[in-house]
Amino acid sequence: MNSAVIVFPGSNCDRDVAVALEQVTGRKPNMVWHKESDLPADTDFIALPGGFSYGDYLRSGAMAARSPIMRAVKDAAGRGVPLIGICNGFQVLTEAGLLPGALMRNAALSFVCRPVSLRVENSQSLFTAQYDSGETVVFPVAHHDGNYQADEATLDRLEGQGRVAFRYLEEVNGSARRIAGILNDAGNVLGLMPHPERAVEPAHGGTDGRRLFEGLLETVS
Amino acid sequence: MKARVFVTLKTGVLDPQGKAIHHALEGLGFSGVKDVRAGKLIELDLADGTSPSDIEDMCRKLLANTVIENFRIERLEDA
Repeated sequence: MNSAVIVFPGSNCDRDVAVALEQVTGRKPNMVWHKESDLPADTDFIALPGGFSYGDYLRSGAMAARSPIMRAVKDAAGRGVPLIGICNGFQVLTEAGLLPGALMRNAALSFVCRPVSLRVENSQSLFTAQYDSGETVVFPVAHHDGNYQADEATLDRLEGQGRVAFRYLEEVNGSARRIAGILNDAGNVLGLMPHPERAVEPAHGGTDGRRLFEGLLETVS
Repeated sequence: MKARVFVTLKTGVLDPQGKAIHHALEGLGFSGVKDVRAGKLIELDLADGTSPSDIEDMCRKLLANTVIENFRIERLEDA
């Protein structure tokens, strides 16, 4: 699997996701700077990492979503290349219009940084194939703007189409229907606030995130 | 030519920041505040002849996230 990790100014989980991908796939991902206009030709998986791209100016993810590389990312996603956006990456995906809804300031206004329990709601996606439906997993969260909101019709559509991939089992940030991660219509784009790449080795305190990358590897290659 | 863009949260969208400001005002003893909504003001210094539709494009493509926000443009012709 040839992965590309997009690096924006202010990304800070680009290395975490690169290490996780290298461990699981055995290949170093290509680190692609946001000013590039093309992805490496053989890219078959793209990750938008967490962080604070452009210092969260204007809105979290707003500037990154308009950077040059995003045109190539959108094209690739349109062709079916799997694309994951973690934390700030999820914010970038909603700002880029690749996923519906928006991520707003946490309802309690405080930065949340702790391991949280999530339920895997859909184990049929290419990102969650190695999990059981209804299984509880623990991923860390670290965000200030993770409060997922969309209009009721959009939320109903997401639920009805099985596009809620992960749901918080506890109150974390005020997200509508406790949504933690969603899929696009075609199922090849996943955005989630929790960090699976920070739950890959025992030293991380848990390894629940590892299967997300292992599942991808199996589907992609 | 200058223009001002006011970006505000849509009605019904929870505004935690506005709520916090509201609480702080109450803490200062201002008891008559019914609600607070916080928004943004963006000032643009534009080339003469920039059309209203160009400014509206800027709002839709970047300045506002129309999923959650409304925008209002105020053109200040000679400012």
